[in-house]
Amino acid sequence: MSKENIYRSHVLVCTGTGCVSSGAREIKDVFIDELHENEIENEVRVVETGCHGFCERGPIAIVYPEGVFYSELKENDVAEIVEEHLLKGRIVDRLLYVDDDKEKVPGYSDIAFYKKQKRIALKNCGRIDPENIDEYIANGGYEAMGIAFTELDQDKVIEMVKDSGLRGRGGGGFPTGLKWSFAAKSVSNKKYVICNADEGDPGAFMDRSILEGDPHKIIEGMAIAGYAIGADEGYVYVRAEYPLAIKRLRKAIKDAEEYGLLGDDIFGSGFNFKLNIKEGAGAFVCGEETALMASIEGKRGMPTPRPPYPAVKGLWGKPTNINNVETFANIPFIVQEGPEAFSSYGTEGSPGTKVFALTGKINNTGLVEVPMGTTLREVIFDIGGGLQENRKFKAVQTGGPSGGCIPEEYLDLPIDYDSLLEVGAMMGSGGMVVMDDNTCMVDVSRFFLNFTQSESCGKCTPCREGTKRMLEILNRITEGEGKSGDIKLLRELAEHIRDTSLCGLGQSAPNPVLSTLQYFENEYIAHIEDEKCPAGVCPDLKGAYYVLEDDCIGCGICMKACPVDAISGKPKEVYTIDSEACISCGVCADKCPKDAIAVG
Amino acid sequence: MKSLQELRDMRKRLEKDMTARDDKEIAKVIIGMGTCGIAAGARDILQAVSDEINKRDLNVKIVQTGCIGMCEEEPIFDIVKPGEDRITYGNLTPDNARQIIVEHLINNRIDTEHVIARHNN
Repeated sequence: MSKENIYRSHVLVCTGTGCVSSGAREIKDVFIDELHENEIENEVRVVETGCHGFCERGPIAIVYPEGVFYSELKENDVAEIVEEHLLKGRIVDRLLYVDDDKEKVPGYSDIAFYKKQKRIALKNCGRIDPENIDEYIANGGYEAMGIAFTELDQDKVIEMVKDSGLRGRGGGGFPTGLKWSFAAKSVSNKKYVICNADEGDPGAFMDRSILEGDPHKIIEGMAIAGYAIGADEGYVYVRAEYPLAIKRLRKAIKDAEEYGLLGDDIFGSGFNFKLNIKEGAGAFVCGEETALMASIEGKRGMPTPRPPYPAVKGLWGKPTNINNVETFANIPFIVQEGPEAFSSYGTEGSPGTKVFALTGKINNTGLVEVPMGTTLREVIFDIGGGLQENRKFKAVQTGGPSGGCIPEEYLDLPIDYDSLLEVGAMMGSGGMVVMDDNTCMVDVSRFFLNFTQSESCGKCTPCREGTKRMLEILNRITEGEGKSGDIKLLRELAEHIRDTSLCGLGQSAPNPVLSTLQYFENEYIAHIEDEKCPAGVCPDLKGAYYVLEDDCIGCGICMKACPVDAISGKPKEVYTIDSEACISCGVCADKCPKDAIAVG
Repeated sequence: MKSLQELRDMRKRLEKDMTARDDKEIAKVIIGMGTCGIAAGARDILQAVSDEINKRDLNVKIVQTGCIGMCEEEPIFDIVKPGEDRITYGNLTPDNARQIIVEHLINNRIDTEHVIARHNN
């Protein structure tokens, strides 16, 4: 068969960072070897794709045209898929993904994890080879850019983005079209577009996955922004810890240049646009736009007061427009399908979809994209598959170190920018950390404050000194040294830091503390007044473990599990724990089949 | 890229290769690849079909399936066009398979000589 051959079957192997670390590269190589071995390499094509979102079940391979979803693959499974499925057309049952109701699900689209999702920003992620510009074009890529450059004037493009109602996906939620119009109005001989890919929230990986899975979409979105505001140059500021994203983006820029989709006189429109990559060293504060621009200029990544806003005086003193990765990823859809198509999803105040990175004590860790207005319950339980080991839901943390913890009573809250702010959290870039009843909320707020405190650039006093003092108090509380005025002091410090810090990092740093105080103040009180950690997390406050006599079945599993022989008893009788010998490690409680061991 | 038209022409050329991954309902050729089918020469049929489809630039998916029980009639394939009945052809050879593809998918004529069943979808 000729090289122009159309393949009858495609095997899509996910090579996002998550799947690569669980061995996807090796799986892909074995597929290629096995296809060659069976002499069907001219019939079946192996394609590397970006993240499918279902990282929990990696490595993943999807076989088209049937769309069969194979998960948790091992190298020696591949021969069977090639011989049975690809050669003989029999689906390999044993390797199919098994849904929660224990049914084997062959089809990609039948899986509960994908059913409630709506993919706009992630549309191509996991469906195309991110290193192949032809696949992007075959799926309609760069058409929005062509339409914008040749058929629409600048004002019209801005108007479309305004009409779509798109708001900044980096967290703040500022209307994107409005932001563009500010930069467009600034008069200058040089302007810049910047893509903020300095994703720094613990547990967040939305931007990384988009850059890895569909880099051309970001190039296209940025070029359209450039055209709209009159900028002929752009920067992608991406952290150096994302090597795969940088590699794929670099290749994408090179390929786009070769095709004349970047460079001079694109589409014969007379418009020029070029793109650069700036690798950041990974400082959290560089996600703040003024610090980010300082970093590109080669200075220390420190924020400066606004105004002047970047739209007036930005990179190297020139008008600059900065948007987040996911924001740019929505632009081609808006131009191609129209603003109404975009705003038909989501809520009135927050149109469109949002990508979330699900992590924490959840069954289906991964990446999801849902229409705004989807409830937390749907995301966590229907898509996320609920909590690990069926434990009880306690809270979900959204918005990273700037966000807050949302308790169970708000599970039916529709997610959008405004509703999250109302309950004391925020959208943030889209991290969602799920916590179960084994999580200590004081410890959680200490974790996040520890993060922001060490990431504070040190320029302004409230943030530098204030977060340090707050962290000291939280450390004291978790060590059992809390004092009666501590809660009041925490609140007071939090308010001052929030009101007087220079940039967003400091202004939002107290949020995790404030929101846990709002919903879980009793846990703080238990730590301070009763010197107890109700969740049994803080080592100094754990209290003693004891056996619940009514529930104990005398199996003896706890005794065998105890590393210090602190448990004694006879089979079929109630066991006892010697509190003097007990080191509060909690192994017995974890192992007990009847949950008959309690702490406190 | 000198014009939007150039991009659109390019897309037209490239999107054929994405047919296999398309969710849209398009015509399918479903080839029986059970042990019986393979023993009777289904692999040659598959190659002939895929070659013919490439050559004639048809928008068709090739799908494999297992034994459907009529081992006697192998090699077998089904042709399904969206919204039409599913037609099963049997006793195929690479040559008549090519012919059937052209007749059924291009000329919209069912090759009655080789039909062994018709299913209402």
